[in-house]
Amino acid sequence: MLAKLMSLFLLGLVRLLTGAQARWHGCPPKAEQRIYFANHQSHADLVMIWAALPSELRGITRPIAAKDYWTKSPFKKWITTEVFNAVYVERERKADESGVLSDPLQPLLDALEKGDSIIIFPEGTRGNEELPQRFKSGLYNLALKFPQVVLIPAWINNIQRLLPKGEVVPVPVLCSVTFGAPMQVHSSGSGEEKYVEDHAAFAERARDAVIALREV
Amino acid sequence: MNQFLRGMSASQQVGLLFLILFGLLVIASFATFVASFHERESERGQAWAAELKRLSGLLKTSWFVSIVFWIGWVLGETVATVLFGIVAFFALREFITLSPTRRGDHRSMILAFFVVLPIQFWLVATEHFDLFTVFIPVYVFLAIPVVSALAGDPHRFLERNAKLQWGIMVCVYGMSHVPALLLLDFPRWDERKNAFLVFFLVFVVQTCMVAQHIAQRWLAKPARAPQISTSFTWTSWAIGVAVGGFIGGLLSAITPFKPGQALGMALIACVAGSLGHLVMKALKRDRGVTNWSGAPSVTGATGLLDRVDALCFAAPVFFHSVRWYFDL
Repeated sequence: MLAKLMSLFLLGLVRLLTGAQARWHGCPPKAEQRIYFANHQSHADLVMIWAALPSELRGITRPIAAKDYWTKSPFKKWITTEVFNAVYVERERKADESGVLSDPLQPLLDALEKGDSIIIFPEGTRGNEELPQRFKSGLYNLALKFPQVVLIPAWINNIQRLLPKGEVVPVPVLCSVTFGAPMQVHSSGSGEEKYVEDHAAFAERARDAVIALREV
Repeated sequence: MNQFLRGMSASQQVGLLFLILFGLLVIASFATFVASFHERESERGQAWAAELKRLSGLLKTSWFVSIVFWIGWVLGETVATVLFGIVAFFALREFITLSPTRRGDHRSMILAFFVVLPIQFWLVATEHFDLFTVFIPVYVFLAIPVVSALAGDPHRFLERNAKLQWGIMVCVYGMSHVPALLLLDFPRWDERKNAFLVFFLVFVVQTCMVAQHIAQRWLAKPARAPQISTSFTWTSWAIGVAVGGFIGGLLSAITPFKPGQALGMALIACVAGSLGHLVMKALKRDRGVTNWSGAPSVTGATGLLDRVDALCFAAPVFFHSVRWYFDL
């Protein structure tokens, strides 16, 4: 109940401040299992892309939240679990008690296994530049493990002006999320002969796909 | 007819105005609905459908604006002032989106949206007329650059601040003069009928803009400043202003003005509104857009500013002319 009210309040707030407009170029909003990947410039990215999705998709799409930041206070933790239904990831590899390095992607794999769609920011960290940084390998690895899941690039526009690093009060500016055409890891042949695109090439292509949406 | 109208009470008159307005909208909406059954096979049918789509978009806006006006009138002046405050907020949001700002402007923008805008509309609602006319040009004019300077970023300082000041002047200061009309106190005139004054201003300015547009289509003369507006010529402008003024003269019965005064006031509002619209066009061209919305653009702007910019420039001039002439 409280979570429902909070989500209505947040939706209203985000719409008031940014317009939260979604622009579907290249794919319709559709209830299939998807991985949305977008540029990352602000903590508000997560809220923005969540608000831009139509309500039918919002329920089945889970954003990724950095564990260290979003579980810092009880309120942040409550909001990410109850309202956004987020998947937490560690930004750094940590060893558990037995000394085995945990796979930071494990929570994402679990979510995808269950059939949820997810929203990830492959840069790993927020950038200050206009263009996104180099993509990390997470997206590539997920795509290889779940070839049936559709990969959708997204460009979040203008959000860095909403709430720059170190500020508390957001400023009203119009922001939009542009969703592009689905893409996949190139592969051909089978068995011994099988060719699969390597990470570097795919990361470059994925990054270009996101940047291309800026000008649509 | 005139006797009959004057015999009615103030709220009956305003009610009649809304009845006529909504009646016209119902007829127009019904007509477009029926027309949408028209065949679409031929090329002409396609163009017809496109034209119809544009028309129904326009009708939707008209419905929205009329309902907002109606709610404002039913719930009283304070609510009307708040409604115009909300419009100003969205207009300023659109303006800021297309003006490049830097990190150091964040605090100034917060000041503009969350302090200046509410204070300005509060001053209107509480009828602090003397302070409300100078609050932004005098006090805010100093406050904004001080906050920017404290952020410590000298890069393009004047340009950034000028843009913010301009946005506040047009969207907040200009827009706040529309609800201010509701609070003017004319001698021998029921103050509850001031809603007519707002209607008079909006209707006259809109008529002028439409007449100017049609005149240009019809005359097809070379534009005066094609770099800025492909449709502005002195002839079509004069026709637009004349038509707006004439309509204003006809509407004198619903205002506290005599016909001659109504004509004069309408002409002033039309000149200010149409030239203000031209200025905003120049501003948009500078930013490389033809409309603030520019069909689903990456900014996500809805084009609200396109619709209200003429009003933003007309309202302060109209307000002050009325106050000065009638010595209110």
